[in-house]
Amino acid sequence: MAVLQFREALKEAIDEEMDRDENVFVMGEEVAEYNGAYKVTEGLLDKYGFKRVIDTPISELGFAGIGVGAAMKGLRPIVEFMTFNFAVLAADQIINHASKVRYMLGGQASVPIVFRGPNASAGQLGATHSVAYDSMYAHFPGLSVIYPSEPDDAKGLLKSAIRNDDTVIFMESEQMYGLKGEVSEEKDYIIPIGKAKVKREGEDVTIVATGKMYHIAKQAAEQLAKDGVDAEIIDPRTIKPFDLETVIKSIKKTHRCVIVDEAHPFGGLASEVGFLIQREAFDYLDAPVQRVCLPDVCAPFSKPLFDLWLPDAKNVIEAVNAVMYR
Amino acid sequence: MAVKIEMPKLSDTMEEGVIAKWNVKEGDKVSSGDVIAEVETDKATMEVEVFDDGTILKIMAKEGEAIPLGGLIAIVGDEGEDISDMVDGSGAGDSAEKETKTESKEPKKESGDNDEFDPILGDIEKSDEKESDSSESSSDNGRIKASPLAKKMAEEKGIKLSQVKGSGPEGRIIKRDIEGYKPSEEKKSSAPAASFDSEESEDVKISQMRKTIARRLSESKFTNPHFYETIDIDMEEAIRARTSLNEVSDVKISFNDIVVKACAAALRRHPAVNSSWLDDVIRKHGDVNVAVAVAIEDGLMTPVIRHADKKNLRQISAETRELAGLARDKKLQPEQMEGSTFTISNLGMFGIEEFTAIINPPNACILAVGAIRDVPVVKNGDVVPGKRMKVTLSSDHRIVDGAKAAEFLNTLRQMIENPLAMML
Repeated sequence: MAVLQFREALKEAIDEEMDRDENVFVMGEEVAEYNGAYKVTEGLLDKYGFKRVIDTPISELGFAGIGVGAAMKGLRPIVEFMTFNFAVLAADQIINHASKVRYMLGGQASVPIVFRGPNASAGQLGATHSVAYDSMYAHFPGLSVIYPSEPDDAKGLLKSAIRNDDTVIFMESEQMYGLKGEVSEEKDYIIPIGKAKVKREGEDVTIVATGKMYHIAKQAAEQLAKDGVDAEIIDPRTIKPFDLETVIKSIKKTHRCVIVDEAHPFGGLASEVGFLIQREAFDYLDAPVQRVCLPDVCAPFSKPLFDLWLPDAKNVIEAVNAVMYR
Repeated sequence: MAVKIEMPKLSDTMEEGVIAKWNVKEGDKVSSGDVIAEVETDKATMEVEVFDDGTILKIMAKEGEAIPLGGLIAIVGDEGEDISDMVDGSGAGDSAEKETKTESKEPKKESGDNDEFDPILGDIEKSDEKESDSSESSSDNGRIKASPLAKKMAEEKGIKLSQVKGSGPEGRIIKRDIEGYKPSEEKKSSAPAASFDSEESEDVKISQMRKTIARRLSESKFTNPHFYETIDIDMEEAIRARTSLNEVSDVKISFNDIVVKACAAALRRHPAVNSSWLDDVIRKHGDVNVAVAVAIEDGLMTPVIRHADKKNLRQISAETRELAGLARDKKLQPEQMEGSTFTISNLGMFGIEEFTAIINPPNACILAVGAIRDVPVVKNGDVVPGKRMKVTLSSDHRIVDGAKAAEFLNTLRQMIENPLAMML
């Protein structure tokens, strides 16, 4: 196992795939000469040249559209958004084209593209730069959504995403790029899309959390363990298709569930998964499923308000206590 | 497609049924409406019909076996069909189907007051999960709050949720409450080892009916504050009236019929006695429905004579005879045992002078009728031969007070001592 930063794991994945398949190319703002706004594409320009590592103007709709067209013609673009907060400008290409081309053309064309970049908030960046979009993209048929939490997951899943024959939304976090973790050195390391991972085994309660929220859940679980509560943490890694089976299996053991979701409450990951749990595991629940998510309020800029706004370990512990009747 | 036949709900209170008899065997062809089995419920032996044409592919329960409500008893389908996945259990997902496919022959009951009565002993309880009979339970307007898991665990362990105290929010019963549940009336370990050689004992399987009797009457005796009042009734006029009535009646009128008729008339005048305790209200029943306890081979049944106050002696006699016959043959239908507002238990024919009966819930009172005895009585200062019959009224003190019970008994005495008064 090598210890890599999250950004290094991503780069390894891209590098390996570009090396393996000449149809793979990278495109986005500052990805080439600046080596990426967050250094994910560091060194790729030197290795693959301007033809396959392409700097774009600040024009998300434009380069997303170029990517969709290229993908339809058989290339495998990796389109980097400096943040998914900017990808809303490209929403028409992602939502109306990338996700629907295969369907509308009756399978005559597909869009094997990866849209990737940081998702959700990253400190005091204000309301328009702090939105978690994973649930929103997961809403649309035709899109797979991945939001890994650790370097190992990031590498294995990004390679799967690049090889996937349809559009994948691959989400990262500014705050996780520097996160170090052990990454498999297995040659051609692939993690299949749609497979959750039990990252901590426990008997008392199931906590579902992915992306940045996984780390909050982990912190909470460590504190809870000191209080005698043995939490199991499931990291779905892929938001869609969601690995319900793993979650249900865990709930049949623990009988309680808390879902930690970085998005707003209405129609989010937590509400969908909460619904599925009550339908599939009704007779196994000893308490209503609880969720920890953002309030139905835009991100505040003020530091104290922002800290209140973003879910933290304390919120997770409170939710666990509620389902444990503690 | 193969269809599961599950233990149908043949009465409001049944929790399991015993397969009394299979009318078919595996491989038999059946068509919709065929009676494939007879099932002994807590009250009666009922028929189970199939609602599909096909072949009996598998019989899952043996005769004599008790199967919980909804438990698989047989599978019907096309010959040669693969039913391995159904036999293995699970089979979720066809619940909607099972609703429609395994309806029993029991007539649908209209919703109304009568739904609240247990056919045999008239409990108010609707179902274990919905109604509470314990002040400690987590109920709210009769609904017990329990987590789905706790419900499932309770069902598996045979624990009545109404007996469990919930520790969750608003008294919700949760997993730990079921795990920590200790029955208050847990069976004491059996008799101490004998110090001398004993004859071999026999353990008899408890029938559904006996279970019901045990449960209902224990609940009644331990929950309802009983008190007893006994009066001695002069039967000379009643004997005379009966003799002359029987000279003209094609149906033989019994003393019990006269007691039923007199009670019905007296109940009409004393509505407090014709009432039920429903926890938040006392219901004074509009109808007078008198149940008559009938001893049968291995228990007792209480068929109900509806509107007894509006029926004449001849009708009461004929109906009692018919219902008692059905009871002995275990052919009583649930609706013939439901809705009583008062019960009479008569042990006169066994020479019992007097006894006290346990109230048949949700009745307020039960009348225990003794034998007519030849006794010396004092009339106008002389000791002369007389005919007397003792009756004892057991009353639920929550509903009826001593004086009210006495007033009822006095009316009853007047009716029987002067049978013409019943015609008023």
